[in-house]
Amino acid sequence: MKARCFGAIVGIGELKPVRRTQGATTLGFIGEAVRMAVADAGLDKDSIDGLLVGPQVGETPQHVPATVAEYLGIRPSMANVVDLGGASGAGMVWRATAAIAMGMCDAVVCVLANVREADPPRSPNRNPIREFDVPFGASGANVSYALSMRRHMAEFGSTPEQFARIAVLARRNAQLNPNAIFYGQPATIEDVLGSAIIASPLHMLEIVMPVAGGAALVVVSSERARSLKHPPVHLLGAGEKITHRAISQAPSLTSGPLKAAIQKALAHAGVKVTDMSLLSLYDCYTIMVGLTLEDAGLCEAGRFGHWMNDHSFDHEGDFPLNTHGGQLGCGQADLAGGMTHIVEAVLQLRHEAGQRQIPNAQMALVTGNGATISEATALVLGADA
Amino acid sequence: MHEQVYQSLMTPGPIPNAISEPFWSAARRNELALQRCEQCSQWFFYPRAHCPHCWSERISWHKASGQGVIKTFSVIHRPSHPAWLPAAPYVLALIELAEGPTMLSQLTGDRVVGAKIGQSVSLRCVPVGDFILPFFEPI
Ligand SMILES: [Zn+2]
Repeated sequence: MKARCFGAIVGIGELKPVRRTQGATTLGFIGEAVRMAVADAGLDKDSIDGLLVGPQVGETPQHVPATVAEYLGIRPSMANVVDLGGASGAGMVWRATAAIAMGMCDAVVCVLANVREADPPRSPNRNPIREFDVPFGASGANVSYALSMRRHMAEFGSTPEQFARIAVLARRNAQLNPNAIFYGQPATIEDVLGSAIIASPLHMLEIVMPVAGGAALVVVSSERARSLKHPPVHLLGAGEKITHRAISQAPSLTSGPLKAAIQKALAHAGVKVTDMSLLSLYDCYTIMVGLTLEDAGLCEAGRFGHWMNDHSFDHEGDFPLNTHGGQLGCGQADLAGGMTHIVEAVLQLRHEAGQRQIPNAQMALVTGNGATISEATALVLGADA
Repeated sequence: MHEQVYQSLMTPGPIPNAISEPFWSAARRNELALQRCEQCSQWFFYPRAHCPHCWSERISWHKASGQGVIKTFSVIHRPSHPAWLPAAPYVLALIELAEGPTMLSQLTGDRVVGAKIGQSVSLRCVPVGDFILPFFEPI
């Protein structure tokens, strides 16, 4: 009997091992191995749309796929770290084929490489962000979002009031979520604009409040889901895009990788953004929501403020948006903050959202965003038909 | 901006590697150095062993014009890194260099207040703690 084929390895690249390296970088080694493998496959740089990398302990503590993609000058539609020690290489292979089978990407490069300096630098953290952003006073996320927001205001004439309204709406929805950190604390536009400017034009109340927390999900096949306790919430489509790591390398300051990710997720599901019962949009900053409404195609570029004037965003509105209060209303439990948008979508699609239940909720768009508006994932989730 | 404040900062400085060293040594000569690909002729930033446009390793260093325009900026009132507090408020900007690439830097000089998107800037390297960093001055 012939074995079933799940995917194929079509290119290999391998560096000649040396005891010690001198003046080489991990990213340079990764680049060389990738170049060799892609050339061996007879493919070109632009055909690579998937990226699996290993962790870079110390050197690049976070955002390794975006860092490697930026180095390589590629913008993959699927990227991930496989952190399984000596099993990482083998672990990459089946993950690559699973991503291809789902339609996330067509050609995945899997790469692991390390240099071995005789006298390694004392500071472990030595990625490009650490070398070309941090020394100039650009630590932390606020700077990147402030730079995007200022550019949006200059390019389109968007106003501080329009951005502040996003924070106000999040606080308003949080009043129906007893778990929200700002439950019992609504805010007005005056409150937002009267809060301290942290990094102009960003006010404190336009920035998520850091909190402690956590969230988990269980995923099974849609078939198996129907035999379990709750009404299933199905994954109908997904899209991902990684465009850069440092804000200076962003292809645009007023449109992000969510544009491609949302388009792909909607096309995958065969639906339109206006079919959504819930917009569960990642909201680390007010600017992020404005950009996402535009990138989702709900309004033209630059017009989110005008568009928001014409619509309402609570559970009974025409565009329910972050009915749990979003992270601006709930607080951001670090990476788990992004999970709140999925959990809320599941609650709404199970019709278990209580006093904030969206009537007849059928589908939700969930977005995730990382680093400097550089890593994006979009999901279309649907109630059981 | 106060020169003495900047010279006494204990902020994290760059940790150059063998590939990026020419960028930082150029800054010490009040110059901006950029890499250009010999294969596809494109400039790029930050320094790499491979061209991010075509993956060629045929790359050369050049003295850049040091001219650019402000693509966007932010006045930092509350720096995330506490070592920057003595310098706050300061102005970070994305500079679109005349050669094409964009880099993040700080604005310096008498015309920082009132800086605008689209305004021309010129390189001016500034001592920050023990390092010399390529800042830009609005002109
Ligand atoms: Zn090139």
